[in-house]
Amino acid sequence: MSNQIIQGILLGGYYALIACGLSFMFSVMRIINLAHGSLAVFAAFALWWLASRYHIPPFVGLLIVLPLMAAIGWALQRFLLERSARGGTLLPILTTFGLAIVIDNMLFEQFGADTRSLAPYIGSLSYASWEWPGSIYVGKLAVIMFATAVILLGGLQLFLTRTRLGRSIRATSEDPDTAGLVGVDARRANAVAASIAMVTVGLAGAFLGMRATFDPYAGAPQLLFAFEAAVIGGAGSLWGTLVGGIVLALAQTLGAQVHPQGFLIGGHAVFLVVLFVRLSTSGLGLRGLLRLPSRSAS
Amino acid sequence: MSAVSSSPVIERGTMTSRIAAIAVAVIIALLAIAPQFLSAGAVDRMTALFIYVILAAMWNALAGFGGLVSVGQQVFFGLGAYFTIRLADAGLNPFASLFVSAIVVGIVSWPLSFFMLRLRNGEFAIGMWVIAALTHLLVNLDRLVQGETGTSLISLNVYDAGTRRATIYWLALASMTALLAVLFGLLRGSTGAAIRAIRDNEDAAASVGVRVTGTKRLLFVLAAFGIGVAGALWLATSITFQPKTYFNVQWTAYMIFMVLVGGIGTFEGAILGALVFFLIETWFGGTGVWYLVGLGATAVLFSLFLPRGLWGTIEERFGLRFLPVGYRVRLPENAPSDDGTAPSPV
Repeated sequence: MSNQIIQGILLGGYYALIACGLSFMFSVMRIINLAHGSLAVFAAFALWWLASRYHIPPFVGLLIVLPLMAAIGWALQRFLLERSARGGTLLPILTTFGLAIVIDNMLFEQFGADTRSLAPYIGSLSYASWEWPGSIYVGKLAVIMFATAVILLGGLQLFLTRTRLGRSIRATSEDPDTAGLVGVDARRANAVAASIAMVTVGLAGAFLGMRATFDPYAGAPQLLFAFEAAVIGGAGSLWGTLVGGIVLALAQTLGAQVHPQGFLIGGHAVFLVVLFVRLSTSGLGLRGLLRLPSRSAS
Repeated sequence: MSAVSSSPVIERGTMTSRIAAIAVAVIIALLAIAPQFLSAGAVDRMTALFIYVILAAMWNALAGFGGLVSVGQQVFFGLGAYFTIRLADAGLNPFASLFVSAIVVGIVSWPLSFFMLRLRNGEFAIGMWVIAALTHLLVNLDRLVQGETGTSLISLNVYDAGTRRATIYWLALASMTALLAVLFGLLRGSTGAAIRAIRDNEDAAASVGVRVTGTKRLLFVLAAFGIGVAGALWLATSITFQPKTYFNVQWTAYMIFMVLVGGIGTFEGAILGALVFFLIETWFGGTGVWYLVGLGATAVLFSLFLPRGLWGTIEERFGLRFLPVGYRVRLPENAPSDDGTAPSPV
């Protein structure tokens, strides 16, 4: 059982990876990007394509895919989100949902319905494991994934608090107009934030491809995982995302123990329970659900 | 009458709207007798169109009037079909099951609303999606459904194909008409004023005493019920029930497309959007993936460049209102306007 708990915690690292971009974008731009999962799957396909076509190992492929994702994030903000955010809070939901449909079906058109995986291209890493005391075997990939999540979250935190650009992003998220008065370019800050978010999405996509299989329509479940982890961990800093991811993964692990189809049910159930408890204790609206990491960091 | 001519006129019914009302009655009457003249395939397609209109109108009621964008409305579509299967399996007449099932869906949505309506914007949108995903998984656990294999509404087979087709057609037409009428009545009454106040500014509406949550709940339950009817009718036309098909997010994508293209927040827009979607599906549905890419791209383009949709734009440009749900202030022009029987162009 302790073995499963450790596996669950490590899986939580993946959920934290995919969730942090979503919650970062929400905290800065107040937009929940419904194409989040589809973009992660897009990154996974890009790596797969580079690996299968040009024999570029996925970890090297990231050097190409992550800058590409950053560019996509910048374009996404400039051409889609910025414009639709002007039309109110509802339009970005519709725009990004439409985008998700376009991405999913383009991927299907391009790559077909087959499930793919990056596992064949990362050598022994996909199955190699370390033995921990108490004869517990942990996959090397799972540990790398978890470590990446910790480094990424810590790095983001440092970036937001310690750098000039990070501070301007936080200022924009607090109040774009006032930030503009003191010389912060809100458009630039938002575009940078979107680029950063998409880089994390690219990383998440890479790990999705390495640890499991994916297909063109795998984006929707990833979006739900990201959202659930972000909401569960919502209380406070970016580290909350890590906690959220771990809780989600443990609930899924537990669900799988109870019933063969219980993996996903367990995850959704714990999400709703957390939501319910928070709603009934706060008694307020839910503005604080996806709390702002920048605020608590200050 | 002539006393008002020099001051602004507040109008609701106009000549256009009166003609439109008569036209609507004629169209419904024609549709009711249409199965006599249409081929079997055409009757089926028309039934699908009615279901699309229901879906669009209900999603529009929720998003366009209630300000609640949900990407999980497929949960009610799937449940409408699932409860029909369950009720028919318990021995209820299959046609009766369709509507009892929708009522059950409406009842289920009531407690759900207490929970979900406290979420805001994007949180509500994806929260509903989570509900849909969870419900899908739970329905799969039901032995009767046999997981993704699915099951069928077998008890419908006692009716011969012709009777079945015509009955479902009429039921779909009647459901569509009734739901649109309910929505129209709701929007014209005092609730309608509250709904539009919420649509325009929720906080301001609350501050002048509009019961925001109660009104939203009404729309939520109405939309759940309506989409439940649509799901049950869809099951009746296609007979087979595969959870994956019914709980597919594609249904919500269709609803969003129809409403965005037609005109979000306008009563006529949803109907127009359903018609546009129906025609596009008829012409391009065979192209498979590109058709879906096109739907998604069109939705993106409309939300970016024409957020008011086709009808919203027409309404704005020409001041047309076929089925007016609000009031308008018409400022007097050079030509004195009388009691509205001969409205001057605005």
